[in-house]
Amino acid sequence: MEAAVFILSLVDCCALIFLAVYFIITLSDLECDYINARACCSKLNRWVVPELVGQALSTVLMLVSLHWFVFLLNLPVAAWNMYRVWKVPMGNMGVFDPTEIHNRGQLKSHMKESMIKLGFHLLCFFIYLYR
Amino acid sequence: MRPVLVLVPIAGPPQQPAPPARHMGLSYPSLPPGYQNTSASPMHHPMQAQTQPYSHLSAGPAQLSPSLAGLSLQSQTPETLRVVNLLQERNLLPPGPVTPPTPCLPQDLQKINCHPEVFRSTLTSIPQTQSLLNKAKLPLGLLLHPFKDLSQLPVVTSSTIVRCRSCRTYINPFVTFLDQRRWKCNLCYRVNDVPEEFMYNPVSRSYGEPHKRPEVQNATIEFIAPSEYMLRPPQPAVYLFVLDVSHNAVETGYLDVVCQSLLENINALPGDSRTKIGFISFDSTIHFYNLQEGLAQPQMLIVSDIEDIFLPTPDSLLVNLNECKELVQDLLKSLPQMFGKTMETQSALGPALQAAFKLLSPTGGRVSVFQTQLPKLGVGALKSREDPNQRASAKDIPNLSPATDFYKKLALDCSGQQVAVDLFLLSSQYCDLASLACISRYSAGSVYYYPSYQQQHNPAGVECFQKDLKRYLTRKIGLEAVMRIRCTKGLSIHTFHGNFFVRSTDLLSLPNVNPDAGFAVQMSIEENLVDMQSVSFQAALLYTSSKGERRIRVHTMCLPVVNSLSDIFAGADVQAITGLLASMAVDRSVTSSLSDARDAMTNASIDSLTSYRTSVLTIQQPGLLAPACLKLFPLYILALLKQKAFRTGTSTRLDDRVFAMCQLKYQPLAYVMLMIHPALYRVDDLTDEWILLNRQMDNMNTINCNPDFLTQVLGVPDYAAVPQNMNILPELDTAESQRTRAFVGWLREQRPFFPILHVIRDESPLKASFMQNMIEDRTESALSYYEFLLHVQQQVSK
Repeated sequence: MEAAVFILSLVDCCALIFLAVYFIITLSDLECDYINARACCSKLNRWVVPELVGQALSTVLMLVSLHWFVFLLNLPVAAWNMYRVWKVPMGNMGVFDPTEIHNRGQLKSHMKESMIKLGFHLLCFFIYLYR
Repeated sequence: MRPVLVLVPIAGPPQQPAPPARHMGLSYPSLPPGYQNTSASPMHHPMQAQTQPYSHLSAGPAQLSPSLAGLSLQSQTPETLRVVNLLQERNLLPPGPVTPPTPCLPQDLQKINCHPEVFRSTLTSIPQTQSLLNKAKLPLGLLLHPFKDLSQLPVVTSSTIVRCRSCRTYINPFVTFLDQRRWKCNLCYRVNDVPEEFMYNPVSRSYGEPHKRPEVQNATIEFIAPSEYMLRPPQPAVYLFVLDVSHNAVETGYLDVVCQSLLENINALPGDSRTKIGFISFDSTIHFYNLQEGLAQPQMLIVSDIEDIFLPTPDSLLVNLNECKELVQDLLKSLPQMFGKTMETQSALGPALQAAFKLLSPTGGRVSVFQTQLPKLGVGALKSREDPNQRASAKDIPNLSPATDFYKKLALDCSGQQVAVDLFLLSSQYCDLASLACISRYSAGSVYYYPSYQQQHNPAGVECFQKDLKRYLTRKIGLEAVMRIRCTKGLSIHTFHGNFFVRSTDLLSLPNVNPDAGFAVQMSIEENLVDMQSVSFQAALLYTSSKGERRIRVHTMCLPVVNSLSDIFAGADVQAITGLLASMAVDRSVTSSLSDARDAMTNASIDSLTSYRTSVLTIQQPGLLAPACLKLFPLYILALLKQKAFRTGTSTRLDDRVFAMCQLKYQPLAYVMLMIHPALYRVDDLTDEWILLNRQMDNMNTINCNPDFLTQVLGVPDYAAVPQNMNILPELDTAESQRTRAFVGWLREQRPFFPILHVIRDESPLKASFMQNMIEDRTESALSYYEFLLHVQQQVSK
């Protein structure tokens, strides 16, 4: 049972790692002018909710299997994802808005956020692997 | 919106040469008008003014550059750093308009530098490091007006346009020529070769002097672009008019004005033989007009399926203007009567915009949308979000951001197809301008707003609309444009303000560019600017003219680099700083809240004055000390806080507020300053009159009026006979009447929109809006200037 939970979380974590890498690659493409803002934002917006679902799944799994420490580790990230989606103003086209992405250093802050998530997911991956 | 034009009572435009900045001239009366003694005021000469309409532009502060050219900045305190105690010196405003500061460059460079009306920086001396900039607590940014109507514009037709190989900067007056064959880019410092064709100078017919060519002698220049600069053959000018014809719209009577105006100006629309025109009208259904050549009269096609808009015929909805002119004129003559008896009350704006987009997407062009009510049908339907009880709220104003992303998405689609949408909102009710304005904001269109537009009840508003429409139809237009702003290595741009879509890091997509649009950007210093004497900025606007020529307008500006805080303060441009702060505050009120934005503005003045006091001042005196170049800063901040966009506590309609915010971000700096800090003129020196040119209003307050003025200028026998709503100055035969009318006419010519003249009696309801522009006075909900200064001083001395 333990093993099943952890294997599932491992797979989930893998998916989240790939997703974080995809975000980073797309954002850096935008920075280097390989794609335009609208294409980039529509690609990224598509994956915001799946990422949220994946992270929430991982958190709930930990909760259900009563691994408190790991659960508490995952909770802030899940909460932050949900907050991010909830905070989008009504006039914006999703978390990544093509009209705002070049303003106020949003591109850089999104990039930083994705890097942090990547690091976090890698950490979680190794935790699950060795548990 | 007409910007407020209030200069504190000055004598009018400055006499040449400009008086030195130290002489404060006219005292700002702290007494209300009528009690003021008129003795010391210089005469105002409107006739003189008419011959020098741009005198305030060219009367640059020449007093600064000769004294500072070549001088090290540390050797003597320049005029701009003279310490001013704001609490004591009350006569701060100069007798002429506030002139922009001159950068401290060598004389020969400064002479060819870009004109400040076109390109302006908040700090004319750029700090060397980001930490130094942070210490100064002033924003660093550029304000541009790239497509301004210029009286003199050198145009170059050259087979080769010389550009730097790595950063693609256009060659400009501030590059260095290493020898005759090589030049060094001033933005990325790469050494490039001079092409053979460039060695020959066609103007002076000489060879071997590339630095004498016009591209290297002029900071503002226009190139005719060869075909490498075109993605597709240059498009023709295409104009589409989308008209609201619901019952409400017909009641306002705007349709007559629009059709009349189009009929009069049909030959003056910018374009050539390929110009196309089309019309769509809508209420709860969409009406297209088949204007095919050969038809006896225009044919109306109605599409009532607004959920799924389609174009009823594939062509002849947009027709060539020259070939089908009679049909177009027939349509314009019959349009107002066609809908005279309509009973449709709903407006389906969203579907109409989608139809317009479908019609224009093959070619691109300009859509002019006229809307008179809240759109409630079809996609993009909006709800009424304003709570009338919240208008005078002293706390936060909600609903400043768009309610739906439909208009933004459509604007981005339009931008991709080179279609710009201009919005004319003529309505007396709430129309959710916050959402509707998105359609113009991201497609590089403009927003015009006429609250309470009504043909019978507001004839002055009608005249205003007519004049604005005439300017709108006949002004220059640039199509399928992009603009790129480049700066020297080490500086980078991080935020943009204005109506456009930022397609990539510094590329602005402008489907239409017009002479009344201004842009602003904020910069940060990524790498320290060591070993650099000066930095340059270049704005290049690539556009298709209405005649189908692809052109590039290039503006280049050069500014010195300094590494001491006092030099930074010496070069601060207070008007540019205020303009940039206004745009930043609009962004802040939309993303976080209005009270945050207000606090941020107040803190901007407090922080910069604190920084001045702690770092630059050597002697600490009591009072609120500011450098001479920033002495107007608290006044302008207070003016911003009292501006319609940001004021709290006074009842402001949400649409009015949102429109004021749009204008603060969209207009070029000169008009933004007029909006923020209006000009107050004394009409002539025989009487105690003040003219206040206000947003859409020229007001003449007639308290304690000299009876001569009444008879000779206003044409009434006594004060009691001044009519309540006087909007025109009667044409009397007296010298005073002529002078006054000439002055008002000159003031009106100064700006691209048409202000309405109001003569206000003391008891008139318009007096309240007049008094609101008296920024230094106290109102129920806001501080007076002196109180604000005290508040700032308290915070600074903490």
